[in-house]
Amino acid sequence: MNLLISLTALGVVAMFGGILKFRSMVMPLSVLGLIGASLLGVYAWNTNQSFLNDMMRMDNYAIAFSIVCMAGTLLTILFFHFFHSENEIHYAEAVALMLFAVAGCAVMVSFTNLLMLFLGIEILSLSLYVLAGLRKKDLLSNESSLKYFLMGAFSTGFLLFGIALLYGATGSFATTQIAYQLGIAGMNGMAAMGLLLLMIGLLFKVAAVPFQFWTPDVYQGAPTIVTAFMATVGKVAAFAAFLRLFQLCFAPSKEGYQLVIGTVAAITMLAGNIMAIYQSSTKRMLAYSSIAHAGYMLIAVMTLNASSNGSILFYSVAYTLASISSFLIVMVVQQNRNNDTADDFNGLGKTNPWIAFALAVSMLSLSGIPATAGFFGKFYVFSSAVSDGFIWVVAVAVISSFISIYYYFRPVIAAYSKQTHDPVMTMPAGTQALLILLSLLTILLGILPGFIAGII
Amino acid sequence: MPNIFQTVPLIHFVYLSALLFCIGVVGVLIRRNAIIIFMSIELMLNSVNLLLVAFSAYRQDPPGQIFVFFIMAVAAAEVAVGLAIIIMIYRNIRTVDINELSRLKG
Repeated sequence: MNLLISLTALGVVAMFGGILKFRSMVMPLSVLGLIGASLLGVYAWNTNQSFLNDMMRMDNYAIAFSIVCMAGTLLTILFFHFFHSENEIHYAEAVALMLFAVAGCAVMVSFTNLLMLFLGIEILSLSLYVLAGLRKKDLLSNESSLKYFLMGAFSTGFLLFGIALLYGATGSFATTQIAYQLGIAGMNGMAAMGLLLLMIGLLFKVAAVPFQFWTPDVYQGAPTIVTAFMATVGKVAAFAAFLRLFQLCFAPSKEGYQLVIGTVAAITMLAGNIMAIYQSSTKRMLAYSSIAHAGYMLIAVMTLNASSNGSILFYSVAYTLASISSFLIVMVVQQNRNNDTADDFNGLGKTNPWIAFALAVSMLSLSGIPATAGFFGKFYVFSSAVSDGFIWVVAVAVISSFISIYYYFRPVIAAYSKQTHDPVMTMPAGTQALLILLSLLTILLGILPGFIAGII
Repeated sequence: MPNIFQTVPLIHFVYLSALLFCIGVVGVLIRRNAIIIFMSIELMLNSVNLLLVAFSAYRQDPPGQIFVFFIMAVAAAEVAVGLAIIIMIYRNIRTVDINELSRLKG
């Protein structure tokens, strides 16, 4: 709870930083505040306390995912600070919105009542709608913001109708009561309908096929730094909430819907990876790749056993590290060469060897090559699915991973084997060091995966 | 169970709100004006409110009505953000027809 209060207070401070003109203090304050909030989380580890009349519980699951989201936010804020120009008028407000969004993440990963799930999702989403439209005069940013808003509000309608039906069937919003009532009465028609609508709402939020159509446009149109934030922090929190809801409420009746989620996961992986091949813009390619990764993570939601929590946590960490650094590299390339097709990566290995190294590591991790974190992320998810007998889903997942190698390697091959006459790329100081740090963390987790996967 | 449910059974409330919800969904899918899409979304949210209040009254259980207050508050916040986004777009392209917004393509 202290964690949540400090995050919200931090957001308010950052917002006043914009109004009262102490913008230069905003970045250091929010970085320190995020580190402090993470320490508060670590301090509350293993305490398992409930708050607000049992509406949220800060268990280890909630703390671990809150810390992952805060780390993602910290990185985004740092990079935003590096890349913002002096005439960026909404700098402090954007940081404040990111902090509010991460407060929403903390609510939605720690709920034990559906009201908190709804509020958390809305706090996160409302901040993201505004962030997507950060560039007010840029038509692409406008379009992305409106599409995200309309689709997000539409999916909230489904989520709420599902919650209402579930309330009608069980008479409570508390997850323990819902699980108890469903255990006594079984899934009746109203509860099953509620579960279906709730699932549709959440599948919209995590961008799984067939509810993924908004993702590429929104991710491409939003400012790249915001895209990095949405694709990592937003997605990780949505998945954590999805898994938590199913673990707390619907785990005993999982045979009834596993096939549905498995099919959605299989189609999502295949569609995301195949569509990604046809994209010329690397940013749009990464948007489709984030759809494919939603498919891989859905496998862990489908299996829903004791190891799901750990495997989805590891997957989230690996995905966040690799995604943030690849979006950042795309941003560097966009700024230097005004475009982000694979050809714009030509000769990067010669001109900027360290950036090319970070690009290679993050792409290897996203495609799941051994000795990177992405490999163990996929390994944990797939192995628990195999041990539960879902061979066909894992077969589809492995095939689509092979497809993904083709498009992930396109910029890497361009960087190392093609020539260019363009000058060395310039970027703000500190970017390169942070990118190298992210790559080293990815490799470290690929060699020593144990100390995150077994933590919850 | 209050008396009203002897004259109007609970299931009628469920049908009515499901119908309103479906009208909202169809509105979002077929209309092209951003404001009207937005109104349809509000209709979806209000059908949920009706359903929650009906269940809450039927079970004589207050949390359902408390949830409605939260939905109203969040819907108000959503209106604030949504109308601001629509105005931002109107200032740039002088229309709120979403067919005009198709610059983002692969």
